[in-house]
Amino acid sequence: MILHRRKLLTAGAGLMSTALLGGCDKFAGTETGQRTLKVGEDANEYVQRLLMSPTTLAREFPASMISPWFKPNGTIDPPDRGYRAMAAQKFSDFKLTVDGLVQNPLALSLADLRALPSRTQITRHDCVEGWSCIGQWSGVPLAEVLKKAGLKPQARYAVFHCADTLEYAGGGLEGGDGAFLERPGHPGAVRDAYIQLAAAADWGGAPTATDAPKDDWGQGSPAAEPEDRRRPIRYYESIDLYDAFNPQTILAYDLNGKPLPVSNGAPLRLRVERQLGYKQAKYVMRVEMVESLAGIGQGSGGYWEDRGYEWYAGI
Amino acid sequence: MAASPALEAPETVDRRGRRWFYRHPLVIRLAHWINAAVLLVLLMSGLQIFNAHPALYWGAVSTFDNPALAITSDQGRDGTNRGVVTIGAHTIDTTGVLGLSTERGTEVERAFPAWATLPANQDLATGRRWHFLFAWLLVINGAVYLLYGLFSGQLRRRLIPDGDQIRDFGGSVKEHLLLRFPEGTEAKRYNVIQKLTYLVLVLGLLPAMVLAGLAMSPGMDAAWPWLTELFGGRQSARSIHFIAAGLIVLFVVVHVLLVIVSGLVNNMRGMITGWFSLGRDQETAR
Repeated sequence: MILHRRKLLTAGAGLMSTALLGGCDKFAGTETGQRTLKVGEDANEYVQRLLMSPTTLAREFPASMISPWFKPNGTIDPPDRGYRAMAAQKFSDFKLTVDGLVQNPLALSLADLRALPSRTQITRHDCVEGWSCIGQWSGVPLAEVLKKAGLKPQARYAVFHCADTLEYAGGGLEGGDGAFLERPGHPGAVRDAYIQLAAAADWGGAPTATDAPKDDWGQGSPAAEPEDRRRPIRYYESIDLYDAFNPQTILAYDLNGKPLPVSNGAPLRLRVERQLGYKQAKYVMRVEMVESLAGIGQGSGGYWEDRGYEWYAGI
Repeated sequence: MAASPALEAPETVDRRGRRWFYRHPLVIRLAHWINAAVLLVLLMSGLQIFNAHPALYWGAVSTFDNPALAITSDQGRDGTNRGVVTIGAHTIDTTGVLGLSTERGTEVERAFPAWATLPANQDLATGRRWHFLFAWLLVINGAVYLLYGLFSGQLRRRLIPDGDQIRDFGGSVKEHLLLRFPEGTEAKRYNVIQKLTYLVLVLGLLPAMVLAGLAMSPGMDAAWPWLTELFGGRQSARSIHFIAAGLIVLFVVVHVLLVIVSGLVNNMRGMITGWFSLGRDQETAR
């Protein structure tokens, strides 16, 4: 009798754990599941922002703690022809576009950016994968740029459009909906694969928008989409005004006292120090002020956010 | 908070002369089972997160070429792939489980195997969502347990060793190692090793787990820099988080084994219904 009961309990426990875990995956795939799982993110953002103020700074470190090698991750050499041409000219014709909900749209060269007030900070970069590096960043506070442009009252988010193509929409390297069934294990995996593919591909022969004019970052051309099955999806990120006006939020042009290398995001990358690495957009070409993130990518506010990662990456 | 008569658990004797006592109040039973399920999800989603960068370091940053621990795969001398765990200068072949395992019939390079992670496939984003949601459940459940335990006096009654137990610590260890478990009235309280183990778990290991987890967060590091410092830096906090997870797994394994050998049915009944049998009258037992 007792033996039976024991067997039953053991079998029951086994069945339950299998059902539980199979059930977990199914649940995570449903709409309700996605919304439930997002509750943790919302709680994290709410509580962390209770514990800090808009001007709370991330920890800064002594120069002796700077990592000998700042691990580049994700895109380390953008395959895009427009970008490569610019890099060949040492970014002398680079212009950062600042537009959207601003009073005075701007186009700033690197010289213009370096002429603005600058900030240097030695901070720890925390990757979502778990590793960390310490680097010294110099750049112009985003607040200075936004002040110069003048925000319209409806502006709520700063969106960063980048030069690096990660994949192609509509049956390119990673096919449409399939992209969501096979979500990447971690940021970097897919990007690395694209870089390898891109290096092998004949970029000059691509029939498309890899050759997009450089003032077209992130704007795409929806009208051409049906014929153009190789519309590039370039990296994009966004932050809200809470982070945009933090003194440590800078558009960095120097790493460890030298111009940013291509692998770390030349000529300009975002530093938003209270969040994880994937928020620190590299190869920033355009800052667009918007009222809502709905129209950006698939609406979650960033390339990785549209692929399941949290928009609030404070943890 | 001295034990008052009101704290004495209800006791009854059934028609066959078996003594029963109400060992676990409802709040503690609920907290126990919620905790069990939550810890399972946290462990498996935690292993998913670990898999994204299966190496540990000490200090603030990662010393990539010199990790304290790494789970990787490489090619053995005969050219076949193998899974390898490296701890300091030592390497252990872990093919089949760690570093290299089989997922739906194909050999895959991943630190922890598919059956141990949530979700099963490599998916850091979803793993993180499970982890954070269930971390909140752990904290809320733990807070309810601790508040109830403090204000009802249960925490003190159940987990603080009594004077006589401390005096007979050696004897208690011996009894425990011989797998001799108390019966009758003595079975109404946990033995001293049990009490201390549970105490370390609920007041030490689990809170340390939550704090080490928070210490890895760049947002928390900005808000509470002392917390990350307390653990010796972000990478140390990550290593401690991992080691503490291992200790919790060790606790659960020993706990389940002891639940089985000390009377599976009685123990399970106790944690499900609250009622625990003390056996027949002390004198007639055995």
